Amino acid sequence: MVAAWRERLANMHSRLEWSLILVIAGAVLVLVPILNLGPPPQSPLRISDHLVPLFGKFLCLALLALALDLIWGYAGILSLGHTVFFALGGYALGMYLMRSIGDAGVYRSALPDFMVFLDWKELPWTWRGFDRFWFAALMALVVPGALALAFGFFAFRSRSRGVYFSIITQALTYALMLLMFRNDTGFGGNNGLTDFKRILGFSLHEETTKVALYVASGLALLLGYLVCRFVVTSRLGRVLVAIRDREERVRFLGYSPLRFKLFVWTLSAVLAGLAGALYVPQVGIINPSELHPSAGIEIAIWVAVGGRGTLIGAIVGALIVNGAKSVLTAAYPEYWLYFLGALFVIVTRYFPRGLLVSAVGWLTAGFSSGKRWLALRRGMAR
Amino acid sequence: MTTSPMLWVDDVTVSFEGYKALDHLTLLFEPGELRCIIGPNGAGKTTMMDVITGKTRPDSGRVVFTREQIDLTELSEEAISALGIGRKFQRPTIFDELTVRENLELAGSDGRGVGNTLFAPLSAGRRDAIDQALETIGLVEERRRRAGLLAHGQKQWLELGMLLVQDPKVLLVDEPVAGMTHEEIARTAELLDSLKGERTVVVVEHDMEFIRTIAHKVTVLHEGRVLAEGPMDQVQSNPAVIEVYLGA
Repeated sequence: MVAAWRERLANMHSRLEWSLILVIAGAVLVLVPILNLGPPPQSPLRISDHLVPLFGKFLCLALLALALDLIWGYAGILSLGHTVFFALGGYALGMYLMRSIGDAGVYRSALPDFMVFLDWKELPWTWRGFDRFWFAALMALVVPGALALAFGFFAFRSRSRGVYFSIITQALTYALMLLMFRNDTGFGGNNGLTDFKRILGFSLHEETTKVALYVASGLALLLGYLVCRFVVTSRLGRVLVAIRDREERVRFLGYSPLRFKLFVWTLSAVLAGLAGALYVPQVGIINPSELHPSAGIEIAIWVAVGGRGTLIGAIVGALIVNGAKSVLTAAYPEYWLYFLGALFVIVTRYFPRGLLVSAVGWLTAGFSSGKRWLALRRGMAR
Repeated sequence: MTTSPMLWVDDVTVSFEGYKALDHLTLLFEPGELRCIIGPNGAGKTTMMDVITGKTRPDSGRVVFTREQIDLTELSEEAISALGIGRKFQRPTIFDELTVRENLELAGSDGRGVGNTLFAPLSAGRRDAIDQALETIGLVEERRRRAGLLAHGQKQWLELGMLLVQDPKVLLVDEPVAGMTHEEIARTAELLDSLKGERTVVVVEHDMEFIRTIAHKVTVLHEGRVLAEGPMDQVQSNPAVIEVYLGA
């Protein structure tokens, strides 16, 4: 048993790669919190308070990109509607955060403010149970997973593939956006859910709470990555690649592509839901704008920029693009979309396998040519 | 007849919009034999393969498999493949992005469910079968290469290997040497020859040189019917065959 797991771990990564992951995870999960909470405010070493939730947000988006890469890069299913699962996870936790405001809202009512505003007298049934954290957290995973399972079953059974599938996912996003925009569906309409105050009794304005949420996001990303890596390095991962490239042939070999697609599609949706649930308390709001069809396309750009079908590339891509977005939208807000477009064009034209794959290629090429150069010099010295 | 046939195509007719692709065709395949099927274009060779593998439903007639007398015309393609009838298509349909070994593992795995492929390693028995197949198709050295990088002939052998690890009772091989070099053709002949005995091998081919090398018994199809059957030299001297095919 232990030996079998050892072998699986060795299949997932080499010793060197495992050490690298450990170092990076340590830096993200330990060093950043220490540098935020430890040094005094004026110290140059200190990571300032507003950066921690920002980094936390990036980690959640990286998890979302990872979820997309799992299905797009490996199973060839391009979802342009992963924001649906992300937003559902976000709304589920947002509902808990709304409930935990209690009567500390503007209207001093036990009901969320927007319901008082709409002159509702009691909670709709959809909100039942969301005053408990465990229930909301569970729903943040179960609701996206269940929707993905049902949607995927019908889409994959009718053998929807390629662009057609992608278009259906866009339609799904759009439909959910319209639904959430309405006031009478009871999810805050246009304004969404906001003004959160506490999570599990801790104030969201406390620095330690922010750090805890940041660390939770980092752990979720690490866990998500390990799960995805486990999947793609298993024999199931090879079946996925085979389905991506020749689905008919895989069926002929006695596999059921429907089941494999449903499994990985649902897993991906659950990871997206987890990302959304961690994202919302850190940004302090969830509203239908997250479901705008363009948001779903942007995730695909992150993955393509980093390198599709590599998992790490998706994470790197999400961090690069969102980092650039934070900087650029602050400095030159009107140019951001041009930059994003240009980046996408340049990457697909000149680095079709993504920036990460290209960078690793250069590094290893540089390394081996360096070794060759050293060998040559040694030869000349003799 | 002393042994019961491995496969019996019994009075099968298939017509496409009035045109009879197979016209009351009857064929018998013995266990362990290597049979070549030849015939001009439109003779019904591919349709015959399609009927056996369940891709095409005949208008009338049966395809009876083994002693158990299973009628294949009532089964789905997947079920027929699971019974042990493997088909190698003309164009290699291997998985380019996977390595040679991974291709064989995919074809030769014993568990094909989500849970099994996610958690369970390949059983020792299957691993041995895959190693054996690698030897047979002569790709041991290439096992870690991506299949897309193989030469044309190697791709065809890999596909044969993928059929072998499924341990078929009947192997249907569609134009195995199309586009191959002389050396590759000779190697393929050896390979197919080594496969008979344990399983029934049916080869459809145009290349007469190749057929002369491997064939023990040749069946000539013409307009959906058997025109002649027997050893290659006998068939070659058959005036009817010369007229419709070889002489042309």
